[in-house]
Amino acid sequence: MLTGDCMSELIPVVSDGETALSAAEIALIDAEIAHVPYRSAVAIDALKIVQAQRGWVSDESLRAIARHLRMSAAELDGVATFYNLIFRRPVGEQVILLCNSISCWIKGCDTLQAQISERLGIGLGETTADNRYTLLPVTCLGACDKAPVLMVGEELHEDVSAQSLRELLAGSGDDR
Amino acid sequence: MPTITIDGVAYEVEAGRNLLESCLSLGLDLPYFCWHPAMGSIGACRQCAVVQYQNAEDNRGRIVMGCMTPVTDGAIFSLSGDKARHFREAIVESLMLNHPHDCPVCAEGGECHLQDMTVMVGHRDRHYRGRKNTHRNQYLGPLINHEMNRCITCYRCTRYYRDYAGGTDLAAMAAHDHIYFGRHQEGVLQSEFAGNLVEVCPTGVFTDKSLVHDYTRKWDLQSAPSVCTACAVGCNTIPGERYGRLKRVHNRFNAEVNGYFLCDRGRFGAGFVNSDRALEFPGLREADGRYRALDHHDALHRMMDSCAAGKVAGIGSPRASVEANYLLRLLAGTDNFAPGFSDAEQDLVNLALRLQQQSAAVTPDIRTIESADAVLVLGEDVTNTAPRIALALRQSVRNKAYEMAAGLRLETWQDAAIRNLAQQQRSPLFIAAVADTPLDDVATRRLSLAPEGIAALGQAVAAGISGAASATPGSTSGEAVDIVAALARASRPLVIAGTGCGSAAVLQAAAEVANALCSSGRQAMLCLCVPEANSLGQAMLAGPKAPNLGALEERARAGEIDTLVVLENDLYRRGNSAGIDALLAECRNVIVLDGLDNATTSAATLVLPAANFAESEGTLVSLEGRAQRYYPLFQPREERRPSWVWLLACMKELERPDVHSLHHFDDITRACAADIPALAGITAAAPDLHYLNLGVKIPRQPSRYSGRTAMRANISVHEPKQREDEETPLAFTMEGLNRSQPGALLPWVWSPGWNSNQSLHKFQTHAGGPLKGGTAGVRLLHPGAAGGHRISDITAPATAAASAAPDLWQLVPRPRIFGSDELSALSPGLAELVVPGFIELSPADAGRLGVATGDGVDVGDGIATLEVRVNATMTTGCAGYSAGFAGSGNLAPLARVTLQRAANWQRRPQLIGSDRGNGSGSSHV
Repeated sequence: MLTGDCMSELIPVVSDGETALSAAEIALIDAEIAHVPYRSAVAIDALKIVQAQRGWVSDESLRAIARHLRMSAAELDGVATFYNLIFRRPVGEQVILLCNSISCWIKGCDTLQAQISERLGIGLGETTADNRYTLLPVTCLGACDKAPVLMVGEELHEDVSAQSLRELLAGSGDDR
Repeated sequence: MPTITIDGVAYEVEAGRNLLESCLSLGLDLPYFCWHPAMGSIGACRQCAVVQYQNAEDNRGRIVMGCMTPVTDGAIFSLSGDKARHFREAIVESLMLNHPHDCPVCAEGGECHLQDMTVMVGHRDRHYRGRKNTHRNQYLGPLINHEMNRCITCYRCTRYYRDYAGGTDLAAMAAHDHIYFGRHQEGVLQSEFAGNLVEVCPTGVFTDKSLVHDYTRKWDLQSAPSVCTACAVGCNTIPGERYGRLKRVHNRFNAEVNGYFLCDRGRFGAGFVNSDRALEFPGLREADGRYRALDHHDALHRMMDSCAAGKVAGIGSPRASVEANYLLRLLAGTDNFAPGFSDAEQDLVNLALRLQQQSAAVTPDIRTIESADAVLVLGEDVTNTAPRIALALRQSVRNKAYEMAAGLRLETWQDAAIRNLAQQQRSPLFIAAVADTPLDDVATRRLSLAPEGIAALGQAVAAGISGAASATPGSTSGEAVDIVAALARASRPLVIAGTGCGSAAVLQAAAEVANALCSSGRQAMLCLCVPEANSLGQAMLAGPKAPNLGALEERARAGEIDTLVVLENDLYRRGNSAGIDALLAECRNVIVLDGLDNATTSAATLVLPAANFAESEGTLVSLEGRAQRYYPLFQPREERRPSWVWLLACMKELERPDVHSLHHFDDITRACAADIPALAGITAAAPDLHYLNLGVKIPRQPSRYSGRTAMRANISVHEPKQREDEETPLAFTMEGLNRSQPGALLPWVWSPGWNSNQSLHKFQTHAGGPLKGGTAGVRLLHPGAAGGHRISDITAPATAAASAAPDLWQLVPRPRIFGSDELSALSPGLAELVVPGFIELSPADAGRLGVATGDGVDVGDGIATLEVRVNATMTTGCAGYSAGFAGSGNLAPLARVTLQRAANWQRRPQLIGSDRGNGSGSSHV
């Protein structure tokens, strides 16, 4: 390989080395590394740890993790972008994961999506102006018997109806 | 051999292969994308689907992937069954969902594997009417163009780039229908072998940027078999020409040398052919110092007059052909012919040749290097001096994985399974170098040592293998024990060294390690790298007693040279400028033959424009002692002539009896072979000009070559008679036969239905195997033929054994793949990757001098001023320098020099985003 990364000359480097990871993040990642034969084996855990701390994984964070795991940024980015729940762009404080697979589709997830969009003024993949919500589609949350389902943050909501959704989003949007 | 049944016909096939390669080897067309003969199978694309039947009673069968199915005795398959055909057609249709219909503007068009496979499966009508995915493309540097929309997600690019070539900056991003193959951020692809993506990609995602900007379709290219001139490995190439311009260089398969892959210096380093510095007319220097153009005859007579009167000396060139050098040696006389190396390099190349001739170890070809199961590299940074060897070493470390796979009875083509099995376990590779090398990532260990330390380590290893306790227990003796253990365990150990670190003692030590291994009963391999395309041939031709440049300079000063003829050699790269100035000034006539304007042509009294490799024929001897022939792919313009033509014409005019019977190029080859015992084999490098392929010549132009009249319609609408090639078995036409001829004469690959380079398997004995016509080139060093263990009889030239004075630094060459080679560095795209000349220092030394990266240092007393790069892996006391770079010409390897912070040094400005075209590999402060 040529020495160094050419483009690092051209793109302002926000932070250097491990400083882009907090001591707490490094401690959590290192705890995972202790369990595996290769550092790069904890790639997914490390991404989740940083995302738990920061809400998403920025390019700087990603490069810092890659350095810490002694893998290339490209390889780690391949992992990060493979999983749609590793967020490579900023998301709102709460992420709404609306299931759109078959059971939920039969049970009217499209109506729920329209209701959310109308209520919050955002489409799929968008974040509200006040940065409170991001709406994302998800393929199955493992609760088909309770369809339609969605998650807000860490919480799973089952048998969602127009009414329960209204209550769920109460306090958000215009009437806050 | 197992017998299998395909569509009711029984075939005997090679055991251990998969069904896909067996089908291709049998001449059956089975479409595929992700499988590659050098990379094995992963079953990703699903294109090579066939039906397999359990037994004769089974009339339903099941779909299996040809590339993932071993051939077993009695197996029954159907290629042409409806089920398999419909499946394969559906696969292409699904790949076409997102593939743009941009073939007319795609650089891959006309040699696109996807086009070929689409036609082959019979898929014609697209049913999908939705939107296609679109991607943002990335800037990947000056060499490779990125067009992601064309991707069919076969994964060949990352499998080649990451798994095969060890690149880390190209990966598959995202998932399902928005997979993206690219970098984490835009930027120059960092692998030295990135250019192979152009040929590995089955469609137009990765294309040759210089070709894209100066485009010609494959079917309109005139091509000839050629040999890369950018280093001494001797990779076989197919350069393509149109309108008198070199358009691109493709790989020419040679089973024993480059296989399927080239390095980027070779692929993109031939652009100098189109340089506007190319000389077109002979030039005579007038009294006022300006050059006056002469015509061909006038120039020849002046050359003749100069050579007829007075004493003539000749300086040859390790970058010129054996034949041209041989003629110059005849013209000047054996005692007056210097091979054209620098003085230090001449000793080293001679030593490398002698060590290989007299070693019991095998001199390996590249394929054999890949088979090594333990490797010791002493002092040579092969990625930067002989890059293709580095790619081979990256395969050699996988032998551990293949061993593990054999234990589980996994076939070698089960690529994903074997990589998964081995993870990061590799065969041993030990590297001793003055500082880091690009192979460190796959090395068991890399030791930073000064050249004497590397030699001492080698000696300790040799002693350890011989069973003798190391006489000089040094700081490296512990390392030596590990290396001895690894080499002693191996069944195919390989030792690599070379002229790259400038030390004769290192070469000697490497040979002793190899010899010790042979003495202990192992079939060891010894690979000694030399710098240039014909370095070894030149050492064979000139012999150890030939005068060097220093000797000629002395003779010139003594008035013993009237006329100096310099052949394709910029002498200012070979010695310090004061000495060269003196040499050229002391000779009344300085006649220089070269292709491009340079410092030496500027000092000549008469300049003759010499044709380059693309315009002439010649033989080169690679570092493994393989003599190979290259052929002109187009006619040189204006008064440019091959050097051998100039020299032969001059000697004919002089009525020299020794050239009386020489008329053709082949005559020179034969005369040289008869005259020089070491080169006796070169006539067998390729067939002579009388070779006919089933009665006809071999066409340089494919049968679809178009526009022969149109392309010169601005001059005349009458098509002229095609030029006859009177020197080679190739023709400058479409007429002839390109099939099954000797491998040395393969100008392009194409077969009906197979327009892309994947048609190669039609020219191979079996898919992935050697060419039907035989492997190109002939070995002049007979591997392991010399049984003697007489290494100790060979005394290495004494290197200045000045003890390390605290105020002196030892200059150690740090060659760079882009920049250290003279001509490739002048090729447009590649030139953008050449960093400024540098001095590498350890942090301790930089601290002592009070310099940081980006500062300047004065080397010696006005020898050079170069930019500092602080390298944490650099051996303290050594100063690595940019060998072969402009501005580094006065630096001699291993010299001990003073270093001083440069007083009026201007730091280079920081790059900003818009300077991206100047992207260099260096990291800035």
